[in-house]
Amino acid sequence: MNRMQPTKLMITLGVMLPLSLLVSLAVGPELILPFWQSAEAQTVSNQLIIQQIRLPRTLMAAIIGAALAVSGVMMQGLFRNPLADPSLIGVSSGASAGASFVIVMGAGLFGVHELLGVSFVAMGAFLGATVATWLVYRLAATATGTSVATMLLAGIAISALAGALNSFFSFIADNHMLRQISLWQMGSLSNASWGRVVFAVFLLGGLLCWFPRYSKALNAFLLGESEARHLGIDVDRIKLQVIVLVALVVGIAVALTGTIAFVGLVTPHIVRLLIGPDHRGLIPCSALAGAILLMLADACSRFVLAPGELPIGVVTAVLGAPFFLSLLRRQRAATGGL
Amino acid sequence: MLHLQNIHLNYATDKSRLTPILQSVDLHVEGGQVVVVLGPNGAGKSSLLKVACGEVTPQSGEVHFNRRLLSSLSAAEKALHMAVLPQNSLLNFPFTAEEVVMLGRTPHDTGLVLDQDIVAQALHSTDVHYLRQQAYTNLSGGEKQRVQLARVLAQVWQSEDDWQRLVVLDEPTSALDYSHQQMVARLLRERAAEGCGVLTAMHDLNLAAHCADQLVLMCCGQIRAVGTPDEVLQEALLKEVFQVEFHRVTHPETGRPWLLC
Repeated sequence: MNRMQPTKLMITLGVMLPLSLLVSLAVGPELILPFWQSAEAQTVSNQLIIQQIRLPRTLMAAIIGAALAVSGVMMQGLFRNPLADPSLIGVSSGASAGASFVIVMGAGLFGVHELLGVSFVAMGAFLGATVATWLVYRLAATATGTSVATMLLAGIAISALAGALNSFFSFIADNHMLRQISLWQMGSLSNASWGRVVFAVFLLGGLLCWFPRYSKALNAFLLGESEARHLGIDVDRIKLQVIVLVALVVGIAVALTGTIAFVGLVTPHIVRLLIGPDHRGLIPCSALAGAILLMLADACSRFVLAPGELPIGVVTAVLGAPFFLSLLRRQRAATGGL
Repeated sequence: MLHLQNIHLNYATDKSRLTPILQSVDLHVEGGQVVVVLGPNGAGKSSLLKVACGEVTPQSGEVHFNRRLLSSLSAAEKALHMAVLPQNSLLNFPFTAEEVVMLGRTPHDTGLVLDQDIVAQALHSTDVHYLRQQAYTNLSGGEKQRVQLARVLAQVWQSEDDWQRLVVLDEPTSALDYSHQQMVARLLRERAAEGCGVLTAMHDLNLAAHCADQLVLMCCGQIRAVGTPDEVLQEALLKEVFQVEFHRVTHPETGRPWLLC
């Protein structure tokens, strides 16, 4: 097996992280290079662009990318399925339904106020995500523990139900609301403000720090649930904790920026191809890689259609899907299997 | 060390009808002993092993492990002294063979140096050391089975306190060729000589006769006979349980019974 040492990859990614941050700060409708001599007025406006627009947005991309990638790692480990993704347990579709509900019904009910820099749409999304996850978990929980297979099926059913609710809200929405709903579903980092960034960094950062302690348990999980139990892992407790943590993290991420596809699925895959499936390296490396990928994707989204911008979800899907397919093909050619 | 007393196990198919899986089963395994469970398909071998390792809780009866009630032990406590190999494994992530065996050391806090030493010994013992850098997902069925066996053995490789150790193996030779079946038989004797108790289910009567201290012959959820290979492998008894005519001879080298059919 030609594998990279996890520490080596971590150092590489650690170097790439500030570089991608700089790239993301520089790229946009206005190309701003450090040490670039220009007229006085230009410098002031550039400073404003960096400080008020690009820096909060780039930091938001980094923390959301890390959160989505690590959530993907946790779900893939828990479900012992390299194609699992947080959307499997209904988080994303629940959030979408919650957001649509607030967009369509909310203006009449609550007005368009914000609380702590977080809009009601975000709160609706978070509530939707929580309710969907809770339902899926309740459906799969039995007296003898949680069946992962039942949970997958329950996730599909609840996602379908949330999808139907979503369609219903789109159906009764007017044109303006409809546009808002579809933009929200494509995901966007454009409304990142300093308030939201601080909120995200503290909350998501704090939750993410909690994840590496599950690496040993998740490694054992990959062997199978009863094997993990025989290796001394308290399977049911770990499962409940991981599901709650992932639902929280993804719920918050989706609430802040909408659904951003493929980061949670592709990032762990790439990292696993490089260093193998050991979660002790996989979790921190995926966090760094997810942050880098989403920052670069965001830079792309501002650059391609400048001065307009592409929704970030479109960029991650357009870049992620072919990359993922080529990885799959390469891997199949190399190993003849998974 | 492991004592099962008067175990009754039913799987409730619906409310009115209970399907009995195990009926008044008693079983004793001591340290240093190889106990092999035999019986036709559906006789309850796997269920018996699942009760013995605490994976299934019987409706009535008690399981004691090292003089403690098995159900009162936490998963972590149990894992330090009991390792279990299920019939088939589902691992589909590309760990290397060595990493898989290293997972067997998960319950222990013995430090990397000792763990690596034990893993290397376990890899050699099941003849998979040359595969240690290969991805588990690319191995053949028999190779996977030997890697999993090495993992289970590594978990209870050496004694760490005054508790006795036990390995529970559900058909560890089902995918192995003749030479590796012989290797497993030798290996089980070796582990028993180190003081570890071994409880395993097998289909090959001759292999069982070759490595067992005690045979447990099961039929329809009940234990039909318990004893040394010489006592249990009687032609009449085997015909009754397996519905097949056997002819028994004595192996010229081991002196153990050998069955032809």
